[in-house]
Amino acid sequence: MAAPAVERSAGASDGAATQTVTLAKGLNMGLRAALDADPKVLVMGEDVGRLGGVFRVTDGLQKDFGQHRVLDTPLAESGIIGTAIGLAIRGFRPVCEIQFDGFIFPGFDQIVSQLAKLHYRSQGKVKVPVVVRVPFGGGIGAVEHHSESPESLFAHVAGLKVVACSNAVDAYWMLQQAIASDDPVLFFEPKRRYYEKAELDPAAEPPPLQSSRVVRPGSHATVVTYGPLVRTCLDAADAAAEEGTELEVVDLRTLSPLDLGPVFESVRRTGRLVLASEAPAESSITAEITARVQQECFYSLEAPVLRATGFDTPYPPSRLEKHYLPDLDRVLDAVDRSLAY
Amino acid sequence: MSPEHWTRPSRATDDGVTAEPPAATAAKPTREQVIAGLRATSEGGADLVQLLTPEGERVSHPQFELDIDGEQLRGLYRDMVLVRRVDREGNALQRQGQLGIWVPLLGQEAAQIGAGRAMKPRDMAFPSYREHGVAWCRGLDPTELLGIFRGTDHGSWDPHELGFHLYTIVIGNQALNAAGYAMGQRFEGKVGDDDGEATMVFFGDGATSQGDLHEAMVWGSVYDAPLVLFCQNNQWAISEPVERQSRVPLHQRAGGYGFPGIRVDGNDVLASLAVSRWALDECRHGNGPVLIEAFTYRMDAHTSSDDPTRYRLADELEAWKLKDPIERLRVHLVREQLADQDFFDQVQAESDALAERFRQHCFDMPEPAPERMFSEVYAQPSPPLEAQRDEHLQYLAGFADQPAGGVR
Repeated sequence: MAAPAVERSAGASDGAATQTVTLAKGLNMGLRAALDADPKVLVMGEDVGRLGGVFRVTDGLQKDFGQHRVLDTPLAESGIIGTAIGLAIRGFRPVCEIQFDGFIFPGFDQIVSQLAKLHYRSQGKVKVPVVVRVPFGGGIGAVEHHSESPESLFAHVAGLKVVACSNAVDAYWMLQQAIASDDPVLFFEPKRRYYEKAELDPAAEPPPLQSSRVVRPGSHATVVTYGPLVRTCLDAADAAAEEGTELEVVDLRTLSPLDLGPVFESVRRTGRLVLASEAPAESSITAEITARVQQECFYSLEAPVLRATGFDTPYPPSRLEKHYLPDLDRVLDAVDRSLAY
Repeated sequence: MSPEHWTRPSRATDDGVTAEPPAATAAKPTREQVIAGLRATSEGGADLVQLLTPEGERVSHPQFELDIDGEQLRGLYRDMVLVRRVDREGNALQRQGQLGIWVPLLGQEAAQIGAGRAMKPRDMAFPSYREHGVAWCRGLDPTELLGIFRGTDHGSWDPHELGFHLYTIVIGNQALNAAGYAMGQRFEGKVGDDDGEATMVFFGDGATSQGDLHEAMVWGSVYDAPLVLFCQNNQWAISEPVERQSRVPLHQRAGGYGFPGIRVDGNDVLASLAVSRWALDECRHGNGPVLIEAFTYRMDAHTSSDDPTRYRLADELEAWKLKDPIERLRVHLVREQLADQDFFDQVQAESDALAERFRQHCFDMPEPAPERMFSEVYAQPSPPLEAQRDEHLQYLAGFADQPAGGVR
């Protein structure tokens, strides 16, 4: 079941030229390719059908695939996840949309108690290939519960795969790979980057879903991030380069299981690591990476691992989010402190 | 049954005068109605569907008839006796320290065997954790239940093969999973005629308070899913009586979702069979969902760790013993001369043999190897987890040349 969704979509696009697409469009195209490739793929969630989703990620899909493939569900997240699990047991591959990060918690029980554990409980006899799409992160001036970064909560749960895309190209490929995966996948989408564009070649060969990537090479310090802050860190690297500092930027892409090989390799060269994430620092993915890096790269480190993250507060009112969210300056401040060691 | 019949509250007053009360009043039963509906009168209320009285007499019901011969009746009796025997052995094994815990079904055999035998092989069942009787009907060897309670696995069977999902311990989760599965049956076009498929989900009175049950009823109804919601109201959610869960009799909740709700005598295997069969047929023909409330009684503790003497009176149990599901069928078989002593002796012998096999299997179960802990967490192996496993196995290997029991 794994590869065809991707391969077939690539084959179907033979001759199609590289196109400029937004991240939201990349997701839309990825969903369309998956729906095309496998009749068992379903899209389900609140407002995903007729409206095309509040961010229009599912725009036009119900019109083309029908309301039994693209389901406007009743408004209850436990119901969305819980029925998706049942559909997956039946042999479907549901892709659930949670409208906003902060609304996932009514579905948390089904995700943690059933979705994550069924493969283990049944010793592989029951597969639950459910994808849960979650627009996450802040920076859009929204009201409460619309700007959170809860990915660490899910990375802490064995049995779930957790990934985050950062650009339109990854959005297109990673979503298809997540749908083709026999494991449940929490798929985090950087909502403030939905309308940023990139060149997408649908005939290209994507890297594996569970892989991290160096997105900018550099030799003075390593900056590791994911999701919405990849753009921020690349901008920070541009700014640093103007002052003669070459930052290596790693896009984690997979948050659980982690693929830290590229991080270790980079840190062994640079000796310095800065982690950037919108999520609160305590007990987070960045905390896990910090622990692993000191274990694996102890003799290479020239400075303590530093972090530029959201604070250990609830997400603040939006007038304060510019202080909460790590921006270019906070990333560079951490880099400067690392280099000063 | 027409939709009007099951969604409209009864407006007939005691003296037969039909009044038209304000909507809000009509939806709110009196306290007396509530108590009468909830607590165990000997009949379980006027709505109770019963085909076999506690005294073993066949009675008829205008909607639910059952055409059943002696052989089938003997089969149901055998099912209930064997399942009860397994249940009692499970309890005993827990008391002997062989099992960490046991979840007794004592008293609920008729509800479960009736429902389980109404299902067809192509149907799917989603159990809670007390459904040893349903498991039996789905073809699960009772020994397969032991791993969960001995702590060697979380359920060893293949749910696809048996049409019987794994036990679900988080209260109410399985209702949504079942609703989704039933939606899938419908999406695949497996609903609409006699060959249709259906899904049956099992849960207790306590679970009806969970949001997941509400959502399962919403999803089931708006997607016209072939879903039978089979609630065993055994009167107690550990120590909490059903009054703590609901102001109205549970089967009446179905009306709010727009589908039929039926209260059946859960200690009457014939009624449970007839109503379940009807409900499953409705679903396979596309008229789902249906809610069944099997009005029964948990004659033992919630689990082997529970002490019911702290919260309920012995008198209550004594009253329910008179409505024992197995005894009433035994009396019926004898009275109607449908079974002789040889038959009962034979079932007894079979029961003894099953108990012996069940016990022996428990004693012979191997300890799971440490690497089992790491297996099948993911469909696609996780390199970090494999590294963690290897590190731990290497650590354990360090004890290989030490005396048994370790060195520290």
